[in-house]
Amino acid sequence: MSEVKVKKEKVSRQHMPVQDAQERKKNFNEVATGYSEDQALLEASRCLDCKKPLCVDGCPVDVDIPAFVKLITQREYQKAIDKIKEKNNLPAICGRVCPQESQCEKLCILGKKAEPVAIGRLERFVADWDLEKGQYRAEKALESGKRVAIVGSGPSGLTAAADLAKLGHQVTVMEALHIPGGVLVYGIPEFRLPKSIVQHEIRNIQEIGVEIACNTVVGKINTVDELLNNGYDAAFIGTGAGLPYFMDIPGENLNGVYSANEFLTRVNLMKAYRFPEYLTPIRIGKRVAVIGAGNVAMDSARTPLRLGAEESYIVYRRSEKEMPARLEEIEHAREEGVQFKLLTSPVEIIGDENGWVKGMICQQYELGEPDDSGRRRPIPIKGSEYELEVDTVIMAIGQGPNPLVPQTTPDLRINSHGNIVAEDATGQTSKAGVFAGGDIVTGAATVIQAMGAGKKAARAIHEYLTNG
Amino acid sequence: MFKITKKMTLAQSIKLIEVLAPQLASKAQPGQFIILRIDENGERIPLTLADCDGQEGTITLIYQEVGRTTLELGRLESGDYILDLVGPLGKPSEIERYGTVVCVGGGVGVAPIYPITRALANAENNIISVIGARSNKHLILAEEMQRVSEKLHIATDDGSLGHKGFVTDILQQIVDSGVQIDLVVAIGPLVMMKAVSELTRPYNIKTVVSLNPIMVDGTGMCGACRVAVGQETKFACVDGPEFDGHQVNWSVAETRARMFADEEQLAMKGCYSGGDCHCQK
Repeated sequence: MSEVKVKKEKVSRQHMPVQDAQERKKNFNEVATGYSEDQALLEASRCLDCKKPLCVDGCPVDVDIPAFVKLITQREYQKAIDKIKEKNNLPAICGRVCPQESQCEKLCILGKKAEPVAIGRLERFVADWDLEKGQYRAEKALESGKRVAIVGSGPSGLTAAADLAKLGHQVTVMEALHIPGGVLVYGIPEFRLPKSIVQHEIRNIQEIGVEIACNTVVGKINTVDELLNNGYDAAFIGTGAGLPYFMDIPGENLNGVYSANEFLTRVNLMKAYRFPEYLTPIRIGKRVAVIGAGNVAMDSARTPLRLGAEESYIVYRRSEKEMPARLEEIEHAREEGVQFKLLTSPVEIIGDENGWVKGMICQQYELGEPDDSGRRRPIPIKGSEYELEVDTVIMAIGQGPNPLVPQTTPDLRINSHGNIVAEDATGQTSKAGVFAGGDIVTGAATVIQAMGAGKKAARAIHEYLTNG
Repeated sequence: MFKITKKMTLAQSIKLIEVLAPQLASKAQPGQFIILRIDENGERIPLTLADCDGQEGTITLIYQEVGRTTLELGRLESGDYILDLVGPLGKPSEIERYGTVVCVGGGVGVAPIYPITRALANAENNIISVIGARSNKHLILAEEMQRVSEKLHIATDDGSLGHKGFVTDILQQIVDSGVQIDLVVAIGPLVMMKAVSELTRPYNIKTVVSLNPIMVDGTGMCGACRVAVGQETKFACVDGPEFDGHQVNWSVAETRARMFADEEQLAMKGCYSGGDCHCQK
């Protein structure tokens, strides 16, 4: 009998199952429900297992993508997750919130002709499998006897902490809020990143020996210098972009105007969506305007619909093409009924006699020549002002660096924006033994970029602790 | 978890607790505040420190039962625990030798002004204090304030103790008496701090007030506590809580303080309707 060579059936990229838009906009459950095993196997089978995989170049933490995808095709899920965890300590989070389309998947060879392998969805699949069935094997390195203080428990701090613990160092993470996770718990909504997932990932990190001290504001209860003088051999600062920007327009202090940070923190961290069972209130009117068009803006616009608002607008002064949010987030927002007022920006917020927002004067814009950012500069159109009737305004136009650590660490160099100056490859700051990474260095960026910075800094701190 | 080591009632609906928090107690300075969350479902509320004892490792909090959280706090006893406590937050008071300082405290605002007054006294200032409350039943820390002041004046709304009227009546008398005043520090209800600031403005007497707006994180992250000061918007949690009373936009502060008035009512209803809240136990 002659061998018949079966031609591999052409499989197209597997769609991510999602809750129906009309249904999901009434709840806080996760929007994307995750691949089934069959879907994951089909999707993994699409990987060409390139000899020189470009996808890995696109990953800020260098996950061996082809290797873990291949292990999925072999149904070796434990090995697949172990492979990911060699590089990535927060896979269930990255599988959900990484902008894969501009990183690993952007470089996938399949993407040149058709659609790239859905690397992020596969990562999520094995990470979720792990949460349910996996057996985490904590690697125990020889104890180094060195202590490292990590300031901030967001993505960069957790990553640095986990890597350093794996290398045998004694690590304490200091967090200002009452639960760890930073932006993962106060910023990103439950419907995009369930908090149980974050807790689980953090527990895994604690299991490898990382200690987390909540309710600890470095810069207040102690300083970086005090940490270094009291037994810590090195410090990593990952305090994030925790200072919301406002527009400096009239009416911004009216009741009903929130920063995105306040709005999201009330809803996510403090669970105001379950008020009064949880005691932190939030007040959402019928018509909400969110200023800005990044991921934080999309989160801020989708949340009010779930809290009973009738209209939710994204107000953005550039056009659709320039919106910084992930395409997937924009699409999800649109499906749920968020309306986009593009080439529009507020010039004034108007209040009623009781000091509550009742409207917003908007001005229309057109696009001119490219500016420093390479995006076309928005130019206001004279006489185009009109009033948009809204009762809640959420400012999602970005955040600056939190000043508490720089203010109390005199020899830590900062730039004109207040960001800590740190070497790109190592996170080394101007101060010996002090490293920094994430949004506090780069300004507001992504979870995975912060994780990449945490990873590099961990390597550099290990080198510093080992060889001085 | 933070253990309550002492609890007492100071006046009608005003209570004092001492909480074990050694590191915080050794670090805190007059003028700073803490944020606490009683339990898993609780909200984060800021309370200005009334005192701390580095030796005992305790901080003192004095609060008025005005809302759901302070009522629940009032039901906790010595030996009970508070789930979360963070601080010291905010900038400390600027303590230096000014000369003659008038310290004005109203209602539960006498609690935070006490450690500031004491620190100013220790810095060799001549202290004239004016404290007030609705009645003598509502007045707190009169003895403590007496100990750290050269002269203590008391005002009550109903005249049950001291001057019948407002603290500002007494402050006006002091100003009129021709005493050279180098600084006024005022802590109390917004309406009182506003009245004090308006009173001192024409005389150009430097006036410091301590604001206690609605907060969430207390580290500058959320901006809920923003206050209009001069031409700028400031965050009370990191830029304050103390500000120049002549620069504060009081109408913005008053409006923002009412932001969640309806929700606060709702939360209180839950408290009294015999629901699942702990304060009924």
